[in-house]
Amino acid sequence: MRLQIVKRSEDPPKWLPIATSLGAVVLAFVISGGILAAVGADPLQIYRYFFRSAFGSWGAFSDVMVKATPLILIGLGCALAFRMKLWNIGAEGQFYIGAFFSSMVVMVPLVDVNTTPPIVTIGLMMLLGIFGGALYGFIPGLLKAKFGINEIITTLMLNYVAVFWNNYWIFGKWSDAGFQMTPTFPRRVWLPRLADLAKQNPFFSGMTLHVGVIFGLIVAVVLWYIINKSRWGYKINLIGDNPKAARYAGIDIAKNIILVFMFSGALAGLAGMTEVSGVVHRLQERISTSYGFSGVIVAWLAKLDPFAVVLVSILFGALLVAGREIQPSGVSFLIQGTILFLVISSDVLMRYQIRLVNTKKASVEEAA
Amino acid sequence: MNFEIMLHAGISTGTILLIAAIGEIFAERSGVMNLGVEGMMLLGAMAAFKTAYNTGNVWLALLAAVLAGGVLSLAHALVTIHFQADQTVSGLSLTFLGTGLALVLGEGMTGLNAPTVPNFTLPLLSQIPFIGRVFFTDQNLFVYFGYLLAPLAWYYIYKTKPGLHLRAVGEKPAAADTLGVSVYGVRYLYTFIGGCFAGLSGACISVAITPGWYSNLTTSGQGWIAVALVIFAQWNPMRAMLGGYLFGFLRRLLLDLQGPAMLLGLRNPFFYDHNLVFFLQMLPYVLTVMALVWGSSSARRKRIGAPAALGEPYIRGERGL
Repeated sequence: MRLQIVKRSEDPPKWLPIATSLGAVVLAFVISGGILAAVGADPLQIYRYFFRSAFGSWGAFSDVMVKATPLILIGLGCALAFRMKLWNIGAEGQFYIGAFFSSMVVMVPLVDVNTTPPIVTIGLMMLLGIFGGALYGFIPGLLKAKFGINEIITTLMLNYVAVFWNNYWIFGKWSDAGFQMTPTFPRRVWLPRLADLAKQNPFFSGMTLHVGVIFGLIVAVVLWYIINKSRWGYKINLIGDNPKAARYAGIDIAKNIILVFMFSGALAGLAGMTEVSGVVHRLQERISTSYGFSGVIVAWLAKLDPFAVVLVSILFGALLVAGREIQPSGVSFLIQGTILFLVISSDVLMRYQIRLVNTKKASVEEAA
Repeated sequence: MNFEIMLHAGISTGTILLIAAIGEIFAERSGVMNLGVEGMMLLGAMAAFKTAYNTGNVWLALLAAVLAGGVLSLAHALVTIHFQADQTVSGLSLTFLGTGLALVLGEGMTGLNAPTVPNFTLPLLSQIPFIGRVFFTDQNLFVYFGYLLAPLAWYYIYKTKPGLHLRAVGEKPAAADTLGVSVYGVRYLYTFIGGCFAGLSGACISVAITPGWYSNLTTSGQGWIAVALVIFAQWNPMRAMLGGYLFGFLRRLLLDLQGPAMLLGLRNPFFYDHNLVFFLQMLPYVLTVMALVWGSSSARRKRIGAPAALGEPYIRGERGL
């Protein structure tokens, strides 16, 4: 008997992508556990702590969903871009610029926050967040479409630029008495939270989950429709799978590169807005715990499927919540990296089959 | 604001980029794009610093860095060469993996001191006016290594038989295969070499140029700049050398701009409003993007492109390049 790797002649079974993604997650925990044990930590204890701080109570789970919200939005944006094989690694920067633009509403201020109805102010913040993210996605999109410049490098470089841009404002003009943050926004412009319902039902007291998560779910449905039911989605999938065929079909690839980049950026920008208005309630340093990069992994682990993005985001939200508290601090990075690596390696199973072959029989067949 | 000091410092920091970029040139010339440079560099920096701290031997530290980068790159090689996974995503995940590993293994190393690679002055050569003081005086070992590495790499790639095989595998793997060159073997080898250099460039940061471990701020995106530099250099080691030094010089210039109260007879805005410095800090990244635009349009004009098979897995017997 020996193992033989054979190219698949037909499509892989439907359960396989799900199985490989799950397997990758489990294996990633095992491997990371091994590494943790090797450096002298107790992986079981860390994981137990991990699980408790993420799913131990409804309050903890609410925290997980808060962390999952930006991941859902960013993961969805990445999923769309990746379908076209556009590697937008710049969600981090688009997130920051979205947060900046939506903060302008309060900080410039663009409207009189105290007299304008909150729904108008919050609506304007959302629009500007989306606009800012789209604008910041436009730049690498244009460079890719017009000059063929590697979008991974441009988006990454722009991430750094966005952070410094925000720093300029929060250290300077918008600083709250010299602290590296803006003053807290008035409560009127906060996104509604579960905790707001605590008066009616004490069960919700202290729960920070905000309305942004609903934006995420709506976008997931919209994106599912775009990808599976719309002409635009068909074009995007075609460009990703077979750019030559797309060109022969007369699809304007350059235009779609820019559009998809702006769409992807817009979602990251919206995520920045929800974080500013729903969670931190001001603009400050480090509003993102590398959501932009986790979003990339989320999209990939979800195999670019919008609903799977939502589920995977919850898992990663748990990783982020737990990762805040456990030492060493790089653990959640390590697990995320290992997961992504295993997911892409397991893709080989989509194209190849591993079979146990009876050597004797095989050689007889070969001879025949 | 001393031009000579800026050049001297620029060459020293540019060496980090130079070493990483030349490693990546080797890998990409063989058709394997490895976007994990940042991760390998960070892991190398951690390995070097930790080894130097624990053993007190800086040479062992260099070895550790080289191996750390090299071993990590083998994961990328396996996944992209044998499993034919997408090189872009694999490289990206390598950066995550390297960063995570480095942070976990480097836990608690911040603020410690470890032995560093010595600086020295070359006799005779340092006597040359100006050039001697910039290039050959009080530079560290890596810088001198860089002077040799770039021309040697250039000679190897363009003038030797293994270099020819390397280029053939990157341009037309099927043709190289028919000539009896092992496509997989060559790709594994140069991906590994690229990883070794990336690890070494990490050591260049943590035990030589800015000694110490500052978690992921140690590299702060220089691995990505090195990848951009490869495109800017049009896959030519000599141009990578020039680009690296130029970049190092600009970094130093930006730093020095913050010092004096007067600049060219004008009030220095960066001195009086310290927040404007954030715009200076943006510049290296903005310049990288601009260098890419310039580099790619000049490459197109001169019809120099990326290696034709860059990013393409090779499967024997299948239609392809």
